[in-house]
Amino acid sequence: MKRFMRTHLLVFLLIIGLFSQAVIAQDAEEPDPCGPLGSEAAAEMLTALSATGDLSTYTAKIGFIFVGPVDDFGYNYAANQGRLCIEKLLPNVETIYAENVPENAEAERTMEQMIRSGANLIFPTSYGHYDPALSVSEKFPDVTFFHMGGLEPTEKVGSFFGEIWQMEYASGVAAGLTTESNKLGFIAAFPIPQVLLNINAFELGAKSVNPDATTTVVFSGNWCDPAVLAEAANSLVDQGIDVLTQHQDCPKPVLEVADRRGIWSVGYHADASSVAGEKWITGSRWVWGPLMSQLVVEALDGTYVPELLRVGVAEGAVALSEFGPGVTDEVKEAAEAARDAIISGELYPFEGPILAQDGSVAIAEGEKPDTPTLETTDYLVEGVVGTIPQ
Amino acid sequence: METANSPSFPMLATWQARTANIPQPVRRLLGFAGAFALALILFSVVLLALGKDPIAAYEQIYLGALADDYGRSEVIVKMIPFILCALAVAIPAQVGLVNVGGEGQIYIGALFASVVALAFGDLPAPILIPLLVVAGMIGGGLWAGIVGILKAYISLNETICSLLLSYIANLIVEYVIHGPLKDPGGSNWAYSARFSDNAILPMFGDTRISLGIIFALVAVGVYFWVLNYTRWGYKMRVIGGNAEAARRSGIQIKQYIIMTMIIGGAMAGLAGMVEVTAIQERLRGGISNGYGYIGFLVAWIALQRPVGILLIAAILGIISVGGDWLQIGVNLPASTVNILMAFILFFILRNQGMQKKEA
Repeated sequence: MKRFMRTHLLVFLLIIGLFSQAVIAQDAEEPDPCGPLGSEAAAEMLTALSATGDLSTYTAKIGFIFVGPVDDFGYNYAANQGRLCIEKLLPNVETIYAENVPENAEAERTMEQMIRSGANLIFPTSYGHYDPALSVSEKFPDVTFFHMGGLEPTEKVGSFFGEIWQMEYASGVAAGLTTESNKLGFIAAFPIPQVLLNINAFELGAKSVNPDATTTVVFSGNWCDPAVLAEAANSLVDQGIDVLTQHQDCPKPVLEVADRRGIWSVGYHADASSVAGEKWITGSRWVWGPLMSQLVVEALDGTYVPELLRVGVAEGAVALSEFGPGVTDEVKEAAEAARDAIISGELYPFEGPILAQDGSVAIAEGEKPDTPTLETTDYLVEGVVGTIPQ
Repeated sequence: METANSPSFPMLATWQARTANIPQPVRRLLGFAGAFALALILFSVVLLALGKDPIAAYEQIYLGALADDYGRSEVIVKMIPFILCALAVAIPAQVGLVNVGGEGQIYIGALFASVVALAFGDLPAPILIPLLVVAGMIGGGLWAGIVGILKAYISLNETICSLLLSYIANLIVEYVIHGPLKDPGGSNWAYSARFSDNAILPMFGDTRISLGIIFALVAVGVYFWVLNYTRWGYKMRVIGGNAEAARRSGIQIKQYIIMTMIIGGAMAGLAGMVEVTAIQERLRGGISNGYGYIGFLVAWIALQRPVGILLIAAILGIISVGGDWLQIGVNLPASTVNILMAFILFFILRNQGMQKKEA
């Protein structure tokens, strides 16, 4: 019996080895990492980059750390596309990366190892990699850090992020017009300001076209826990929700539940229409390639000054995903119109008055708080159902 | 049942016959080295299947973990929780208990230490740090003690019980960092406030090696002494050898079950305390990084022997620090290193199984 088990364990391990090979072999057909750009601004950024001169003269080693796997079809996938785009545009720039780097002091070792192996630029890509990046930056003054989303840049650690809430608003418009039950579901990760901002933008977008639309929010307390996500998604569907969206690093579990339960889904982070079902509406997504490449070129030119950089759809840093096959023209046009109005500046989604859940005024009439101010959001707007865990 | 000259291993039987006159300790060491080598060879096959050069991969592990002072210092940083969590398994194992709850004991130890660190952050370090040590050990000991009491009085299976309590411990910590201990200045991020400087363990030089390494070495030393030179150690081994005989000879088995669980849990709790006060500097989720389970591997590969625990903790430390480089240097998925750890465990247990039959 024991030998039977041992032999089988051996076979089992071999299968795991072969399986992981199969998983790796899958990515034979790579899409262009710099695209789809989704906006004229992003295309202009690329043109401007190649106009600056011979990009092959730039040499550097860049380290990327990701909080999850790069094949999550979400946050890490999008950030990794940015890395691949840098490699494509800057042929003599080498990139190295590490996946599943926890958002704690473990990340310090990974970054320090990268720097010791020659990396001179580091992209700590997750919010929680910020503190570790700060402590490593103190030890290596010659290394530049580009943190994604951090709130307080220092002399060595710059922060950049896309104003993805703009496209959350446009996605909300599409969702608000699509829903029949007027109940939208939002599965969020942590109640941190950037997540609350997206929930608010989504609900405001939906309400702008459908005053009865409410967004029920659930916090999963994790960037990617498939079991929790599936459970949360199912319970939202049981409550009569007919459009599901999310702020998670890995969108697949929620998309799968939406597909299986036959309800609409709205994506986040990356265009996941290829893994979503028929009832995919659209979603907000990052366009990191041109922006990251530009930051790298600036750093190598010596012109980069670490700062709090926030760029949106007008600058080509975020975009709307492709629409699904079942989306009506009316919905498409409304979402695109919202996007275009945000680009032109005619529409500012967070223009006051905006009321918080409890009816108090969150943003006073006529005010248009800028993104750094919005990134201190600690409330949910009227129309969002659910509470911030205290 | 399998025997040493089992027909499916004819070569092995011949090999064993030929090596029968080699002294036992040498044979054991050879067997260990052989098992280790086999694991490395099989892992090479996996690497080849992944289209990677195994030599380059092992070189990366060496470069990352052993080639410079930084790598070596990080190996020692990893050894601290590995050693303490191995003791958490080894001590109860002396009386025949299987404690797989190291993870949970780490979390509760970390939680207790964090509460003290946040509540008494103003105390000077020489007073605060001993308090933190005691708090961490009480936390871990309490969590494991529950298992011990349930085992002793209602014969609840300690393996399952300790494993399940780990999930509860994890959820308790999640609750606390989302609620009562949430950092008021942390924009709703789920972690506690940073501890005051007085609560941070002193480090050696500019490495991340903390005072924790002293705790770990002292703990192994005490374990060695108790096991070999005290009546407690003798009685523990008697219970572990034959509980019924021990009971008839008047040994208070229940006491030993509860005490070994509590002391074991205290070791894991100490590991949790070191992790929050030396590495993380605040309480947050996911602090353990699987140390409880790796400690289990260490203890079983080392046959619960003190020197073995130090040695295996070092080896697994090298693999886990060097394993990061498999990703950075040769672009292997992060989890690849777990396959190597599994192979090592597999072959070494296999080897131990064979040696037990010979004995």
